[in-house]
Amino acid sequence: MSDLPSPLRLPPLEAEKKPPLSLDEALAEAHRCLSCFDAPCTNACPTHIDVPRFIKRIATGNIAGAARTILSANVLGASCARVCPTEVLCEGACVLGDHHRPIAIGLLQRFATDYAMARGIPPLRAGPRRPGSVGIIGAGPAGLACAAELVQAGYEAVVYEAAEWPGGLNTYGVAQYKMTPRVSLQEVEWLARCGLDIRCGVRVGVDVSLAELEARHDAIFVGVGMGAVPPLGLPGEDLPNVVDALDFIADLKLGRPPLIDRPLRGARIAVIGGGNTSIDVTTQAARAGAATVWLLYRRDQDTMPAYAHELHLSIEHGTRLLCHTVPVRIVGQDRVTGLEIEQVRPEGEGRTAPLVPVPGSRRLLEVEAVVRATGQGGVDLLRQLPGVAHRGGVVQVDEWGRTTNPRYWAGGDCISGGKEVVNAVAEGKRAAQGIIRDILARKTS
Amino acid sequence: MADLSVDFCGIKSPNPFWLASAPPTNTARQVLRAFEAGWGGAVWKTIGEPIINVSSRYGAIDLNGVKMMGLNNIELISDRPLASNLRDIAEVKRHFPDRALIVSLMVESRREAWHDIVRRTEDTGADGLELNFGCPHGMSERGMGSAVGQVPEYTCQIVEWVKEVARTPVIVKLTPNVSDICYPARAARRGGADGLSLINTINSLMGVDLDLMSPRPVVHGASAHGGYCGPAVKPIALHMVAQVCGDPEVSLPVSGIGGISNWRDAAEFIALGASTVQVCTAVMHYGFRIVEDMIDGLSQFLDDKGLRSVAELRGRALPAVKRWEELDLNYRVIARVDRSKCIGCGLCYVACEDGAHQAIAARRDERGRTEVTILEDKCVGCNLCSLVCPIEGCITMQRVDDFGDEVLDWRRYSASPASYPHVRSNRHD
Ligand SMILES: Cc1cc2nc3c(=O)[nH]c(=O)nc-3n(C[C@H](O)[C@H](O)[C@H](O)COP(=O)(O)OP(=O)(O)OC[C@H]3O[C@@H](n4cnc5c(N)ncnc54)[C@H](O)[C@@H]3O)c2cc1C
Ligand SMILES: Cc1cc2nc3c(=O)[nH]c(=O)nc-3n(C[C@H](O)[C@H](O)[C@H](O)COP(=O)(O)O)c2cc1C
Ligand code: SF4
Repeated sequence: MSDLPSPLRLPPLEAEKKPPLSLDEALAEAHRCLSCFDAPCTNACPTHIDVPRFIKRIATGNIAGAARTILSANVLGASCARVCPTEVLCEGACVLGDHHRPIAIGLLQRFATDYAMARGIPPLRAGPRRPGSVGIIGAGPAGLACAAELVQAGYEAVVYEAAEWPGGLNTYGVAQYKMTPRVSLQEVEWLARCGLDIRCGVRVGVDVSLAELEARHDAIFVGVGMGAVPPLGLPGEDLPNVVDALDFIADLKLGRPPLIDRPLRGARIAVIGGGNTSIDVTTQAARAGAATVWLLYRRDQDTMPAYAHELHLSIEHGTRLLCHTVPVRIVGQDRVTGLEIEQVRPEGEGRTAPLVPVPGSRRLLEVEAVVRATGQGGVDLLRQLPGVAHRGGVVQVDEWGRTTNPRYWAGGDCISGGKEVVNAVAEGKRAAQGIIRDILARKTS
Repeated sequence: MADLSVDFCGIKSPNPFWLASAPPTNTARQVLRAFEAGWGGAVWKTIGEPIINVSSRYGAIDLNGVKMMGLNNIELISDRPLASNLRDIAEVKRHFPDRALIVSLMVESRREAWHDIVRRTEDTGADGLELNFGCPHGMSERGMGSAVGQVPEYTCQIVEWVKEVARTPVIVKLTPNVSDICYPARAARRGGADGLSLINTINSLMGVDLDLMSPRPVVHGASAHGGYCGPAVKPIALHMVAQVCGDPEVSLPVSGIGGISNWRDAAEFIALGASTVQVCTAVMHYGFRIVEDMIDGLSQFLDDKGLRSVAELRGRALPAVKRWEELDLNYRVIARVDRSKCIGCGLCYVACEDGAHQAIAARRDERGRTEVTILEDKCVGCNLCSLVCPIEGCITMQRVDDFGDEVLDWRRYSASPASYPHVRSNRHD
């Protein structure tokens, strides 16, 4: 773990928006839980945390036990407590939601896991050592969950991470009003102390070859995420201050200036795309002081892939939403000064209906920056993976996460095209179980 | 990890959590599921001559939205044929030889009847017998249950009959519907009992349906008194367990019962001397799954306290259960309010002003909330304000005397009150 950077080196950052629960609040909320049988919240959680059980443990003052219940199902329970869209997962399924107010499951989960993290109560127990080793590409949620599951079963797990710091999008991507990089890194460090071997600054395919990985490990888990947002192919796109949403967010989170020649405070920016990433950019830019934030989406609001509650939050922050609008050209001499946009209308019904320009609808938005958030394109490494089928940056897997090459397994965004942290955790864990069953357990016998 | 296993008068159990004799232990299907969930033992639903039950049978009292703070029932013993029960018991024991399986018995007060049921029960391979001298309704009208438990001579007599033939440990389950639980406990001991379990349910009328003008639970416009249990009865049960465990004339292992819902409740019973605990209502409310939290919570607690086993916890609080006259009159506490935590609800003020000792002053602050001040010379240290305060740790009781360990009990004091002018009643008006 010594080669992991100290989270304390990070610059001071915006605090998490939702304050933690006090002990009184946690107890009062825990006592509201009905302890449903075959609870819908547990079923709604992709990692199937036994929610009534951990809440009952909080209610009886066994907070460490509550954390154990959470972490045994989801080692990233602390970050999931902050970043999960609970409105559509556990809390959305809460039976009290219909006539009452759902239990604040996310906040209770955070209460218990923060308690354990603050006291250094180990999030997992390394199993008795067995022969067998897995190389894991990517220290994002999928890779970490896979590694944790393997270590618990007693196998070696070596995580190779290209970035300077571990955590994947937990560190670099999710909105910092939900979770600061500091918390993400603290969580990784907490896990790593239990025996995860995480090597940052090692890009597989560049710093170490796949052949080397194959020689060192019995199986390889691919948890590389979806990479960068590809260019839109617009005229003027190579001007300074036209940025990838992920870089923009990462810069903001790590306290680096996201625009090359001017502060974000007071700037006018246009964000292109209708998913959760574009919404995060708008909300974060507004919170960081941008003067005007435009959000362009080519279809109508109801078709937006983003969660309604997140869009709502963004609009509360002053985002100006332009639906049925596409970018045509980025304008500027030595840097961005505007974005030419055009109205479109669908021909027919549905999400895939062709869009046609509305004649005479072009106009210029005066902006100093354009952020592209039109979806991540997949990582280059996929092309190097031997015999592993993939398409559009998405690796093809069976229900256990096995790829078309039986030594290669995958999980997280790079098999789903981009879901949530909790899905990545569930998929990483599931792949580890598959690897143990199909490869590692056979090795010993 | 602390050792949770227990030995109860020779009956071994991987943990101290047993199911009480009640509907959750009616059938093999249930008890097998319970053992799968982790219960260390079970006391089979009382068997005897099969009975007929009424419908409906249960009533409950809720408190501020919390369901089933107290439960009552007018159910009798098992309504299943004896042979089915005995077959089921044998099957469960075969599947789970490591768990404690005890069978609760109740038959008419004839020596042959008891001999017969004891022999047939022990043939199943069960680990022990529990004599139900506690059921307060129905069976008592027929001279069984609490009709036996309320008369020490009968209790002693029947235990003697049972011990004439029993090969496994005999536990006597006591009724709380007596003036002093120690009398029937001693009688059981005289009769040769190996252990005790308490409490069975408490006589009660659950409430009145004001439209039907009938007590609950309603059986065709009427009801009968029934047995009360659940979280509400825990303090009564704790007191009785402490009495029995502290009585040198009893000196038998005790299985604590009454209102146990979680590990904390269980730990309290054990700290007062119980070796195992039994649970009924909490399982009737939430199912067998609660035992996992009880196991996890108790072992976490033992670890936190540096205790290596349940046995090390047993009876730890018992020496502190004293008679009033032994308590220290030198010891004095007063309430202290942590202003930084106070939310200004004024509940402590009204409680003390109207219901206790007029020792809290109140004023309305700039935000329209109540700001309270403890009048230290008036506070008698009764605890009421801290009990009504909704905020954890806001009102605490602080020790203010400077007598250290020097104990002044009532006997010493009353021999010469004038020598102790600092002891005051706190009311001078
Ligand atoms: C802007 C944004 C906001 C989001 N907000 C939320 C949210 O609020 N809540 C939520 O639940 N989900 C959110 N998500 C989704 C969530 O972050 C992802 O689903 C999750 O992080 C996927 O985990 P992963 O491990 O598959 O991939 P990633 O987190 O992307 O991690 C992949 C890792 O692999 C590394 N890697 C890639 N190539 C190589 C290589 N060749 N060698 C070594 N390492 C490599 C990368 O550096 C990276 O660290 C958000 C996503 C984005 C983009
Ligand atoms: C519906 C019901 C039926 C019961 N039947 C029996 C019984 O057959 N034999 C017995 O010894 N106790 C019986 N009891 C009493 C319980 O075993 C137990 O002593 C009592 O409920 C207190 O524990 P609790 O507060 O955990 O419920 C019964 C209790 C209930 C609620
Ligand atoms: S619990 Fe309800 S359904 Fe079940 S026997 Fe009782 S009254 Fe009938």
